[in-house]
Amino acid sequence: MESYGDLVAAEDVLLFVNAAITGTGQREFHGGAAEQQLSLEFLHEYMLVNYRGPYAAALALDINDHNAALIVRRLLESSRDATAEQRHTEGRLIARRLELLPPQRVYRLIGELRRAKVNNRRTRAIVRDWLAARPDQTLDAVKYRAGLKRALRHTHLRPAAAETGDFLYAPRRRSAYQAPLLDAWRRAHHQQSALYELPYTVAEGFARRHGIPRAAFLERIEPRLTGLERLRLQESARAAGATAVTADGAALARMPLTRLASYVLGLPPADRVARRAELTGALRGAARRAVRAAGAEEGGWGRVAAVLDDSWSAYGSGVKRRRPLAAALACHFLLAALAGEYTALWTSGRTDALLARPSGPTPLGRRILDALDTAPQRLVIVSDGWDNAPPGLAAEVLRVWRTRLDPEHRTSVVHLNPVYDAEGFDVRRLAPTVPTAGLRDAEDLPALVEFARFAEGRTDLAELTAHLAARTESFLTAGATGRRPTAEETVR
Amino acid sequence: MTTTPSGPAFRIDLAGLATRPAQVWGGVRLVPLVRAEPIEDLRLHQELYEPEYAAVPAGRRTDYLAYVPHGFVADWTRDGTPAAAYGTRLDAPSAIGATAPPERIRVRAPRRLAKRESRTRLRFLPLHLALEGYLALHFGGPTITWEEWSDRAVRHGLSPRAEEAYAGDRVRGLADALRVFEIHPGQCGLLVYVADALAAAFVVPHPDDYRALHRTLLLDLYGELIHHYALLSAAVPEFRADLRTAGPVNSVAELRTAVAGQERAWADFHDDTMAGGLLDPDYRAREVRRLGRFRLARFLPEFRPKQENHIGEAITDEDGRLAYLKTFRLSESQVRRGHLLDRLAAHEWHLPSAAASLGLTEPQLGLRIEGAGFAGLLRQDILDHYRRAARR
Repeated sequence: MESYGDLVAAEDVLLFVNAAITGTGQREFHGGAAEQQLSLEFLHEYMLVNYRGPYAAALALDINDHNAALIVRRLLESSRDATAEQRHTEGRLIARRLELLPPQRVYRLIGELRRAKVNNRRTRAIVRDWLAARPDQTLDAVKYRAGLKRALRHTHLRPAAAETGDFLYAPRRRSAYQAPLLDAWRRAHHQQSALYELPYTVAEGFARRHGIPRAAFLERIEPRLTGLERLRLQESARAAGATAVTADGAALARMPLTRLASYVLGLPPADRVARRAELTGALRGAARRAVRAAGAEEGGWGRVAAVLDDSWSAYGSGVKRRRPLAAALACHFLLAALAGEYTALWTSGRTDALLARPSGPTPLGRRILDALDTAPQRLVIVSDGWDNAPPGLAAEVLRVWRTRLDPEHRTSVVHLNPVYDAEGFDVRRLAPTVPTAGLRDAEDLPALVEFARFAEGRTDLAELTAHLAARTESFLTAGATGRRPTAEETVR
Repeated sequence: MTTTPSGPAFRIDLAGLATRPAQVWGGVRLVPLVRAEPIEDLRLHQELYEPEYAAVPAGRRTDYLAYVPHGFVADWTRDGTPAAAYGTRLDAPSAIGATAPPERIRVRAPRRLAKRESRTRLRFLPLHLALEGYLALHFGGPTITWEEWSDRAVRHGLSPRAEEAYAGDRVRGLADALRVFEIHPGQCGLLVYVADALAAAFVVPHPDDYRALHRTLLLDLYGELIHHYALLSAAVPEFRADLRTAGPVNSVAELRTAVAGQERAWADFHDDTMAGGLLDPDYRAREVRRLGRFRLARFLPEFRPKQENHIGEAITDEDGRLAYLKTFRLSESQVRRGHLLDRLAAHEWHLPSAAASLGLTEPQLGLRIEGAGFAGLLRQDILDHYRRAARR
């Protein structure tokens, strides 16, 4: 018999997980950045005080990097409140998560810990281990100079090499460095050719200082670009007149699905039409890889219908441009790969997914009705939950469907929401009868659909705790086997 | 020399414009109007002015001065073929700098409130036609020099008359509501409700025009009433669809019928009840211009106190179909002033008969004229006499 308290606890944990998957503290279509940050801060505080175990376990889920960093910081800040056993689990979770975070985020996190004057033994040990596991400290010293300096200073650690120490703290002491990267940095101050040996982000500053024209700089730095930098720069490079910077088909084929969808949506429609075969192929390939990675079977989901939101609010905001639409587009291709028979319904009524653009109202109710007309086994709704033409119709249609037309649950319905609603401390729900889960990357969709069952009806805390424990276990063993995260995972 | 608007009674008819579900943001409710067939041979577009003042000569040594953030330009064709929207003109910053030093305020002088720019183009300042109509209401003052009226009233009429309004960005929540509003395909109009009081109606001929002019609603004027409502009101509730009223549903087809019924119910409720204050009354319209088969007119309400009163301007075609509409909701005191002037004018500015028609005594009417801010119109000794009579 589960108590009322258990129910509340389970709901709170679910709510927090949804928030941690979607909330980034940035401006959204309907809410400002300050609101978002305030709302997230509150949730973190609430979880830490009331449910420390599940709060730490959230690190094992597909939450976003912003919230992962927040959780790590709060756990380390409040070390003294944890029991010895909690500390042990937390330590392993934190270490594993830091491995997966992009280095710049970890350096920023260490900076925040320094500002908050958190420097307990556990924090120092965690930072030490993380720094020791970094593949190349000289690269970090050049690329994240301020971050590394702050981290070493804060934790009283010695740099891996004496030379690196000089480089960070007294760069003029040496007239030459043994490490080629450090020496390139020294020479780049007065020698233009040296800056092309540096990473792009560092070289960019030097190029500016030397007054090198943008096109010439991009042409020569091209071999040093990382895959993502190349992708990000190719449009602006073409505008600047540098033709060498191009992301080839192979690079596209390696990209994760949601990121690829974002990239496609950033292209002008004319380009999308011209490169239709290439882009569609890349998206389909990424979706197939995501399905395999999730351990699902292609075509294993049977008859699937999707209602995808491309209303004007899918634009997101200036800082998260077209993010909700990219999530919907990625889900479209993933579901096409998962489904045996697939129907996609965009809210605008358009049918060409590749040319999706945010516009118009959100007549979710009508579209859900059209989707139910195809008698699907699964109905997936990807939307920010602002159903406005007319408001509340989606909830009513789903209610009538569940109570009058499909009481035997022949169709399973799930709503995935990529946008955090600061006011509600959760993602917006469509209807109480339909489980809603936060969505970050479409790649997590199979896991989310499984997770969403907790949100349907009464949540069983024991079951949820077991699920979290299983996820924690698999998360930690993936790290313990010594598998280095791939570049893709680090990016994510 | 009264400038009473005359002409046939005019009614605002939203035929051809379908009401779509409202979108609510805080205290602001925005109701989109969608045109099945856009009007192709009349196009509106915006003419942006630098923030500056506009002065329009209104008579000898008299200028109409206004702060005009934007103007509209109407393009039409004579033979009914589609008119092209005149594209936004971009000036190089250097060109602007060369003609207008930025540190000074230029006084721009459009020569007329509505000016024909070429044979098929007309430039006009949105809402100013309507406001001018309201301000010029019985502007001339008494037509017969009854002894009660002061010298000044007889010589100069009501001049100068001023009314106050708030710019859209001072109306709390309106900017955000317009920003998050999702424009419907084919949308040609919008009704703005603040705390469920109809603040403004805006209709254009073509969806492309609407898309371009959507944000100009923020540059428009809103009355005192709307500003206060926005400041003080709580969030308004959404009208959520409810299929429980539709009866038992046994198939997807029946569900579809019920959904359509909900959409119709909202449109009917809105047009009959929510917009009733705008659509039901008769207006007095006065034609300002003819534009091919269209006519631009301003209209005034009957000034019924304690009710909704809108002034506005409209472009209609030969069948009375609405191509353009912009309205301004008068505040209660503005309605009272309009009502008072109207009654006085109807009785040739004869105080005793006007008082009788209003069910007042003469001193009461005198004090009401004073209360409306027109004390200067009455002779001082007569006014003192009224005050004494009222005190007794």
